[in-house]
Amino acid sequence: MNALDRKLFRDLWHMRGQVVAIAAVIMGGVATMVMSLSTYDSLVGTRDRFYGEYRLADVFAGLKRAPEPVAERLAALPGVERLETRVRAGVKLEVAGFSDPITGLILSLPDVGEAQLNRLYFKRGRTVQPWSTDEVVVSDTFADAHHLQPGDTLAAIIHGKRKTLTIVGVAVSPEYVYQIAPGAMFPDFKRYGVLWMARNALGIAYDMKGAFNQVSLTLARDANEQDVIDRVDAILADYGGTGSYGRKDQFSNRFLSEELKQLRTMATIFPAIFLGVAAFLLNVVLSRLIALQREQIAILKAFGYSYAAIGTHYVKMVLLMALLGVAAGVALGTWFGQGLSHVYSETTFRFPYLDYRLQPGTVLIALAVSALAAVSGTLVSVMRAVRLPPAEGMRPEMPARYRTSLAERLGLQRWLAAPSRMILRHIGRRPLKSLLTVLGIACACGLMMVGNYQKGAIDFMVDVQFRQASREDLALAFIDPTSGRALHELAALPGVDFVEGYRDVPAILRFGQYRHRAALFGIQPEGRLHRSLDSRLKPVAVPSGGVVLTDYLANDILHVKPGDMLTVEVLEGSRPVRQVPVLGITQQYLGVSAYMQKDSVNALMREGNTVTGAYLAVEPGTEPELYARLHDRPRVLGMVANKTAIQSFYATIGEFILFYNLVATVLAGAIGFGVVYNSARIALSERGRELASLRVLGFTRGEIAYILLGELALLTLAAIPVGFLVGVGLVGILVVAFQSELYRLPLILTPENYAMGASVVIVSALLSGLLLWRRLGRLDLVAVLKTRE
Amino acid sequence: MPDAFPNAVFVARSLTKIYRMGEVEVQALRGIDLTLYRGELVVLLGPSGSGKSTLLNILGGLDVPSGGEVYYLDHKLTGASEADLTRFRREHVGFVFQFYNLIPSLTARENVAAVTEISSAPMRPEDALGLVGLGNRLDHFPAQLSGGEQQRVAIARAVAKNPAVLLCDEPTGALDSATGVVVLEVLEKVNRELGTLTVLITHNAGIADMADRVIRLSDGRIADIHENAAKKPARELAW
Repeated sequence: MNALDRKLFRDLWHMRGQVVAIAAVIMGGVATMVMSLSTYDSLVGTRDRFYGEYRLADVFAGLKRAPEPVAERLAALPGVERLETRVRAGVKLEVAGFSDPITGLILSLPDVGEAQLNRLYFKRGRTVQPWSTDEVVVSDTFADAHHLQPGDTLAAIIHGKRKTLTIVGVAVSPEYVYQIAPGAMFPDFKRYGVLWMARNALGIAYDMKGAFNQVSLTLARDANEQDVIDRVDAILADYGGTGSYGRKDQFSNRFLSEELKQLRTMATIFPAIFLGVAAFLLNVVLSRLIALQREQIAILKAFGYSYAAIGTHYVKMVLLMALLGVAAGVALGTWFGQGLSHVYSETTFRFPYLDYRLQPGTVLIALAVSALAAVSGTLVSVMRAVRLPPAEGMRPEMPARYRTSLAERLGLQRWLAAPSRMILRHIGRRPLKSLLTVLGIACACGLMMVGNYQKGAIDFMVDVQFRQASREDLALAFIDPTSGRALHELAALPGVDFVEGYRDVPAILRFGQYRHRAALFGIQPEGRLHRSLDSRLKPVAVPSGGVVLTDYLANDILHVKPGDMLTVEVLEGSRPVRQVPVLGITQQYLGVSAYMQKDSVNALMREGNTVTGAYLAVEPGTEPELYARLHDRPRVLGMVANKTAIQSFYATIGEFILFYNLVATVLAGAIGFGVVYNSARIALSERGRELASLRVLGFTRGEIAYILLGELALLTLAAIPVGFLVGVGLVGILVVAFQSELYRLPLILTPENYAMGASVVIVSALLSGLLLWRRLGRLDLVAVLKTRE
Repeated sequence: MPDAFPNAVFVARSLTKIYRMGEVEVQALRGIDLTLYRGELVVLLGPSGSGKSTLLNILGGLDVPSGGEVYYLDHKLTGASEADLTRFRREHVGFVFQFYNLIPSLTARENVAAVTEISSAPMRPEDALGLVGLGNRLDHFPAQLSGGEQQRVAIARAVAKNPAVLLCDEPTGALDSATGVVVLEVLEKVNRELGTLTVLITHNAGIADMADRVIRLSDGRIADIHENAAKKPARELAW
């Protein structure tokens, strides 16, 4: 090791506090990036492997009922590789000791041979025996939520008849990675379950013997998906087909894709912000640190070291700091990433296994960005120092030029004692440096606000959704379209305060080349329970004769505006195709919807007063009895209770958000502390001699601390409002980047967000102040008399 | 003990100072006995390493001895707390450093004011600067002053609090001889007009002629104390 390298390690050891603080800044940026990207890569990799190994179908089709021989005609269609038919039954479930309504779905498993498509991964137990009549496999989410094990029993009401079933296995299906009840906003594993039963037994129970009502198929190698879909639909049209769809529109996959898209956005935006801010801070901090080495650089030059050798020396020094930060960031990010992946796969998505992977590219990007930021900040300062002739560099620096500060020129000087003047003039002498310090601290404040923003935003979204728009206590769906008279029967049930009917039809909405598959929702025009909201979140009546679209659906998916004519292809009954005018835009944060008046949907369908479901306001305390009565009504199928939906939402999504918040808070805190401490520490290096001189002159430690920490305090206070602006800006970027079909985050910052942002800065400043206070006690008063700077 | 020397400002007895530099012990002072009196101008002369700065620092309350005792008037400095030493420096000691150590962000007047603001019976900063001949440069920042002028500001700052003692460590060390003489004239004037005990460290024997007493240090001991029967005015010095 040569002398310069030895100096390198000594210097690093000597300023270890600062090295740690700088490494903390880099670590914060890198850890965010590694965590987000590795989680995304892991989930995508796991999804692809699971879909491949367990053969998720490419195209799905639902229909009313077709005799089994139709399957041969479908399988013979060009472009179809493998095809399987199933019976799919919507059911109500009963689990002993749980009185809330549970809805479920039972799918058939073949009695002859193994399932070819959408195969199950068994976590426990086994598959059903062929030709068995009462064996059932349950999805792992439902089993876990109710602590069900193979050997336990549960009851299902299939087609109005109660049947006791014995659980033989617990499984995960690629088709139901994301399990959510139709019509629900969030997954609720306790109140919605997917089950599998032997084909023959389910056929008998569901009145589908020798018939099927669901088709899945995979495509031949170079088949065109849309061609196959059209051919399948042509055949199924005679059997009440409700339109086939590709994986893109498959419920679980669509949600999974949207969530992964969100995660990818998060994996891009968050690290870009964190790493960008970290890089900026690194640059600022290091350029100041190197500027302090001016004299040493002059001495090295006087010894005859070349510019390149000196430059390399300092580049090595900062690269070592960067490397330390990157290494810590990768380690921490990997740890967080594994945690986050597990939170994801245990709360939101169900995968049978998780392939955690950290791609080398991720680490390389982190390394490259950190190194670039560090080296560029260093080189500017080294160049400046190297340009000086050695003799000049070693001579004491001329006293820095100061001028009276603005406050004093305004005539305030008589209020300011000398220490206060020193603070103001020091800030004013290098306004750019002071500005960069303020910006650095402000960035830490802004990051903290970003990290904490989501929780407040989600609270707001949920509040708007459930207290303004969907105010019903209970939403229920009928098995088939039903006469509106059914509502009177519901209204007469004990505990029901109010009933509103709705009519929804599955449809494809088209405008030009844009299409979207969604339900057309017919609601009461001036409903008290289910309402559409305008841009100011005030309820507005849905006008007659046309459709009102969620803003995101109108603007970003279909690209329509009020006045345009939308083509509606109904996927039910005689499958009419109609032109419907767009009459308005409604504000909605969760999901996307197309609303019409219920009567308008009835007119569109050329039917009388028909409903497919109802919204109920329920008297508190009467729920158990009401649930029991509704459970006994064969025509009532699905029930979603709003309160439980919100609770389950917080139980699932909440865990993920809390985890992410915690991580973001820790990292933003690390960055914040790194910046503030370094700013303060460098200020001490720059002014240590001045302060020691004052100590010699009889100033107390408190008095010189006022000069040093007063400046820090002033800059910190100035940084807080700037930090609020930075935070709002960063959150704005996040809001735009996060728009998706699943949800749009509102630009809502709560007082807590601001408080968190300000407190990370203040706590960092206090902590740094404390550390500096200790250092001020160790100022070498004797040395200052003998040495120049 | 101070009572034994009615005019004494400092009384030092058996002062020793040992620095530990890693595993090596450096004996900077090896038993100094010294009394300094009101109003005298004392030059501490000696080569580097002779212990003169260490002695000055101990007298000024910047350092503590390893052994022996120091009294300032009737206060015992040895064993005093950090806060007491700070108060001692603040109220009684004026320092002048080789490299001036002015606060670059304060003007000449404010550099002086920074000290007068924290002392009990100071002169006006303008008067102190007038005393050193800088009455016309009150509002200049250090960067706008020459080295000699900066050192005179430092002297004004040191005397403005009306200290009982003025401690100067190589005050002309960074100056050319012509400028150095101007600075020494100022010190001489302060000593004469204010009657401040002035202790001046130098390795420059030429300066010794302006002192009332010259104390030579060598290897941590007092080698010789010499009283100038006829001291020279500073303006006649040359080196």
